[in-house]
Amino acid sequence: MRRGVRVAAPLVPAAFIFGASFGVLARAAHMGAVAAVVFSATTFAGSAQVAAVSVLGAGGGVAAAVVAALLLNTRYAPIGISVGESFRGHVLRRLLQAQLVVDESWALAGGGTSRFDRRVLLGVGGTFWLAWTAGTAVGAVAGSAIGSPSSFGLDGAFAALFLALLAAQLRDRRTVAAAVGGAAIAAALIPFVPAGLPIVAATAAALVGWRRA
Amino acid sequence: MSAAWTTVLAVGAGTVALKAVGPVVVGGRRLPERVVSLLTMLAPALLAALVVVETFGSGRHLVADARLAGLGAGLVAVALRAPIWAVVIAGAAATAAARHFL
Repeated sequence: MRRGVRVAAPLVPAAFIFGASFGVLARAAHMGAVAAVVFSATTFAGSAQVAAVSVLGAGGGVAAAVVAALLLNTRYAPIGISVGESFRGHVLRRLLQAQLVVDESWALAGGGTSRFDRRVLLGVGGTFWLAWTAGTAVGAVAGSAIGSPSSFGLDGAFAALFLALLAAQLRDRRTVAAAVGGAAIAAALIPFVPAGLPIVAATAAALVGWRRA
Repeated sequence: MSAAWTTVLAVGAGTVALKAVGPVVVGGRRLPERVVSLLTMLAPALLAALVVVETFGSGRHLVADARLAGLGAGLVAVALRAPIWAVVIAGAAATAAARHFL
């Protein structure tokens, strides 16, 4: 576990500042500071959290926000299954430890390889959780002090943030095809359906994964 | 309960369950390759849709405004392999600048 903390240390400032960005953006989308911190402490998944507040901020409603966020997090089912074998002990203990599985902790602990080390995953995950939640608290408080979010360009920051998260997902031609398809579906539907729905409908583009598997 | 809190609690509970599936329930078994493939395609499709909505969406209209400058700056930052927080700051700064000067 100590090794995990050491591996994660250089990434702590990035996790903290990403957390702070989320805190500011959540306030810009009219989410209270306490709700933003509770969101980070329980969900602990950046892209889903930003997606949820962005849908809420655009007036997309609770259902669309929840569906979009949970669809983004469905990847944690296969990720968790890929390392599930190494979790031992009481159900509650496994349930709590499972919450420390995030993209970064899974990757740094060698997830998907034979070298996977659960204690490294827990060290990295715990360190990231602290940085992410503390960053959110600082950002949410600072965000309250910022008057109009659009005068600081925070509306444009959402687009840039999603672009950065997307770039990390583009690994091969199929992921690029899914991204292009998702973008096209969203653009085509915006004029015709209520806010939030274009994002949910865009998941149909994931079917390229089904067809060519 | 407010929309924000309902969202926080529903997404929180759902995510806790999704993360627990492997370590608590399935433990060691594997999902069919096709299902894994489908699930890994969800993130790029959703994130690309979010880029489009956040850049061009304005209610039920597609518009090109200052946010496009933010997206451009973000694209440059991503191409330069900038860390995620730097991409966010570049996007916000370019959007604010474009809104101020154009």
